[in-house]
Amino acid sequence: MRYAAGMELSVEDLAIARGGLAVLEGLSFRVAAGGALILRGPNGVGKTTLLRTLAGLQPPLAGRVSVPADAVAYAAHADGLKSVLTVAENLGFWARVYGAGGIEAALAGMDLIALRDRAAQHLSAGQKRRLGLARLIVTGRPVWVLDEPTVSLDAASVGLFGTAVRAHLAGGGLAVIATHVDLGLPEAAVLDVSAYRARPSTPVAGGFDEAFA
Amino acid sequence: MIALLMRDLRLAVRAGGGFGLGLAFFLIVVVLVPLGVGPEGNTLARIAPGILWVGALLACLLSLDRILALDYEDGSLDLLATAPIPLEGVVTMKAAAHWATTGLPLVLAAPLLGVLLNLPGPAYPWLVLSLLIGSPALSVIGTFGAALTVGLKRGGLLLSLLVLPMYVPTLIFGAEVVKRGAEGLAVATPLLMLGGITAGAVAILPFASAAAIRVNLR
Repeated sequence: MRYAAGMELSVEDLAIARGGLAVLEGLSFRVAAGGALILRGPNGVGKTTLLRTLAGLQPPLAGRVSVPADAVAYAAHADGLKSVLTVAENLGFWARVYGAGGIEAALAGMDLIALRDRAAQHLSAGQKRRLGLARLIVTGRPVWVLDEPTVSLDAASVGLFGTAVRAHLAGGGLAVIATHVDLGLPEAAVLDVSAYRARPSTPVAGGFDEAFA
Repeated sequence: MIALLMRDLRLAVRAGGGFGLGLAFFLIVVVLVPLGVGPEGNTLARIAPGILWVGALLACLLSLDRILALDYEDGSLDLLATAPIPLEGVVTMKAAAHWATTGLPLVLAAPLLGVLLNLPGPAYPWLVLSLLIGSPALSVIGTFGAALTVGLKRGGLLLSLLVLPMYVPTLIFGAEVVKRGAEGLAVATPLLMLGGITAGAVAILPFASAAAIRVNLR
């Protein structure tokens, strides 16, 4: 897969909040085409919130996220699978939503060909995860924003995933990945977000305080 | 968007999809009413339009919390929100799928069940027509309620309380059409009001539903 040239994701002086409390602030980074950024940090530091902000699911508290329109493919903890649909039906649905062609490359890339007619409810946790990651391939989108993509994957599947990410980067895509494990991507930049932790009592300017609304 | 509609229809008819839930409820209500009210034909004929409309409305209400809650729980809603389909299109397709699996079967079953309630003969075409025109509003309004309560655990009660008042105009004019049809009076006014409510709901509420989902996904 080759993407349009010159893709770039940049974040300037970003502050984000979760549940009305600022979690990260003063965050700036740039990821150019072909690059990957690994986010690290302890649980609860705000990695998921940051990724949701990058994906446009929630607005930043301050600062700016610039990413080309309709470029982000987001994958979260939940894979968004329908348990009564088969592997091929689940993936085919997303392929049609994204107007992408076939699902064969994605099935092959995540070693799912043998499982294609199995209902998603009969898959193991790792197989479900692989199906969730295969969805990224069919989106055909250049910016992958991934939240703990390797949860419940075995070593071989982590390897498959690493290969898929590398193919994605080689095609001019880019990726921002929050993870605690080694993905085997030595070329990826690593950012420890705990350095940008917001001061404990930073009030959310103009924020919505549920208790006093 | 068609892909989303097809997926939702397919999910509804697969095991555990909830297809037929509303229809079964409608059937039960209409079968039980004559047993409770008694077999006097005149009484039944008088209350039949109202019972049929109330039954259809409650049957619709029963499946509303499935419209968006399931997609929210398995993470599909996050993924749909970042997909190339606008959220307004997503909620419109969700409402359309709900109507096709709940509203349309009610429309088709209503004339059969009207017989059980001794509905007068001239009212049948108006019953089908009023349900056909009014039931899309029930699905669209219901989707709006589901969007407001998405992400709430056990939001079903709140959803019903939010949606019921918005269902009242449709119920009043829908039942009025059938009542007037039964008595051989002119039905144009309530029918136009019913169509106006549906047209307004279909035009405006998808935007409101999409905005509500955006807020609830934060």
